[in-house]
Amino acid sequence: MTFPKGKLIAIMGLSGCGKTTLLRHIGGVLKPTKGYVKVGGQIIHELDHDALYAMRRKMGMLFQFGALFTDMSVYDNVAFQMREHTSLPEDLIHDLVLMKLHAVGLRGTQHLMPSELSGGMARRVALARAVALDPMLIMYDEPFAGLDPISLTVVGDLVRRLNDALGATTVLVTHDVQESLKIVDYVYFMENGVIVAEGTPEEIRASDKAFVHQFVHGEMDGPLPFHYPGGDYRQDLNLRAG
Amino acid sequence: MVSAFVAAIRVTGHRSINAVWRTGMATRFFFLTLMYSGNSFRRFHLIVKELFSTGVLSLIIIVVAGLFVGMVLGLQGYETLRRYGSESALGSMVALSLVRELGPVVAALLFASRAGSAMTAEIGLMRATEQISAMEMMAVNPIARIVAPRFWAGVISMPLLAALFSAVGVFGGYFVGVIQIGVDEGSFWSQMQAAVDFRDDILNGVIKSFVFGTVVTIIALFEGYDAPPTAEGVSGATTRTVVTSSLAILMLDFVLTAIMFRGN
Repeated sequence: MTFPKGKLIAIMGLSGCGKTTLLRHIGGVLKPTKGYVKVGGQIIHELDHDALYAMRRKMGMLFQFGALFTDMSVYDNVAFQMREHTSLPEDLIHDLVLMKLHAVGLRGTQHLMPSELSGGMARRVALARAVALDPMLIMYDEPFAGLDPISLTVVGDLVRRLNDALGATTVLVTHDVQESLKIVDYVYFMENGVIVAEGTPEEIRASDKAFVHQFVHGEMDGPLPFHYPGGDYRQDLNLRAG
Repeated sequence: MVSAFVAAIRVTGHRSINAVWRTGMATRFFFLTLMYSGNSFRRFHLIVKELFSTGVLSLIIIVVAGLFVGMVLGLQGYETLRRYGSESALGSMVALSLVRELGPVVAALLFASRAGSAMTAEIGLMRATEQISAMEMMAVNPIARIVAPRFWAGVISMPLLAALFSAVGVFGGYFVGVIQIGVDEGSFWSQMQAAVDFRDDILNGVIKSFVFGTVVTIIALFEGYDAPPTAEGVSGATTRTVVTSSLAILMLDFVLTAIMFRGN
C-alpha cells in the first residue's frame, strides 16, 4: 500500500477488517509483527520515543468521534498543539486558531465547550485541531459516520480542500462509499487485513469484481457475508424438520 | 473433588499473578509520573488548575466532617475524662487525637472518596472517549500533560486539607467542651499548648498526610489510566480506587504510627 504525497487515498472494508489497525500502525501506536510502515523515509516501528513523537508532530489524526478534550473550550482544543509544540506568542496563536476554525466554518463556536456542539460540529472542530500545525500526513478514522447529509457533504468537501490547500497526504478510512468516491484519488479495499481490490474511483465504479460490486452497491448477497458464523438457525429456534 | 481443588488453586494463582502484575504496573506508572513531572513545574498553572478541582472542591466535605468529628471527640472525651476528674485535659485529648491520627486518616479517606474517585472517573472517561489516544497522536505525552499535574495537585492539597480538618476539629471540640458543657477555657487551650509537640505530633501528622496524599492520588490516577474503555470498566475502576485507597490508608497508618510513635 503506498500513499503518494499530495494524494487523498481511501481505505474501505467491512467493520473489523483492519482499517483502524492500519492507521494505528502508521501513527506508531501499534508495532507490526511482520512488515513495516515507512513515513517520509523513516520506518515507524524502528523509531525511538523522541523520534516517534517528532514524527507524530508531522501527522494529524481525526478520530471517529472527534476525541475533543472535554475540559477545554473549542478554542483551547484547536490551540492545544500550538501551545504544546511551539513557542508562538498568544496573539499569533489566537489568529491561527480563528483561521483554522474559519476554514471549517465554526469561528463563532470558539467559546463553546465540546458538550455544546452537535456531532457534526464536533467532527469539524476536531478536523481544525487535526490540521492545526499543517501536518504532512492527515489520517481520518470514519469522518462521515453518523453525520446528516449536509454535514456529510461539508465534511467531505473540507477533507478534499484541506488536503489540496496544505499539499498534504491524506489517508481516509471510511465505510461511506458514495461520498468518498466523490473526493478521493485512489481507493484500497481491505478484507481480513489484506488488500483485495484497489483503483481510482472510476475503476472502482466500473469494476466487475464481485467483492467491489457488492460493497459499492451495498448488496446483501455476495462474497461478503452479512451473518456472523453461527449454528443451525432451526436448531437455535428449537424447530423440528418437516 | 480433585478437579475442584485444582480449579481453586488455579483461580488463586491467577489472582495472585494478576495482583503482582498490577502492583508492578502501578509502581512503573508512579516512577513514570515522577520522571515526567518536570513539565508540570515549568508550567505551574497546570497544577494550580488541578489544585482547584482536587483541593478547593474538597473543602466543604473536609470542613463539615472535621467539625463533626471534633464535636464528637469533645463529647466522648469529656465523658471519659470526667470519670478520672481530668476534664481539663479535654483540649490536649482533642488536639492530639486529631493532629496525630484522625486528621490525616479521615481527611485522606474523604479525599479518596471525593477527589480520588473523581480523578479516576475523569481519566477513565478520557481513555474511553479516545482523548488520551488523541493526545498521544499529537505527540503530547499524556503522563506528563494529564497525570503529573493531577498527581502533584493531590500531593500538595492532601496535607493542607488534613491541617484544615484538624483545625476545624479543634474548634468543634472547643464548641462542645467549652461553650456547651462548660470546661474551663483557659485549661482547654493551655493543656493543648503544653501537650502538643510540633515535631512529634504536628510534623508526624503532616508526614502521614503527605504519604496518604501520594498513595491515594497515584492509585486514583493509575486506576483511571488503566480502566477498560467501557462504562462498566470506568465504574469498576472508580470503585477500586475508593476500596484500595481506603485499605492502603489504614494499613499505612498502622505502619507509620508504629514507626513514629513507638516508645513515645
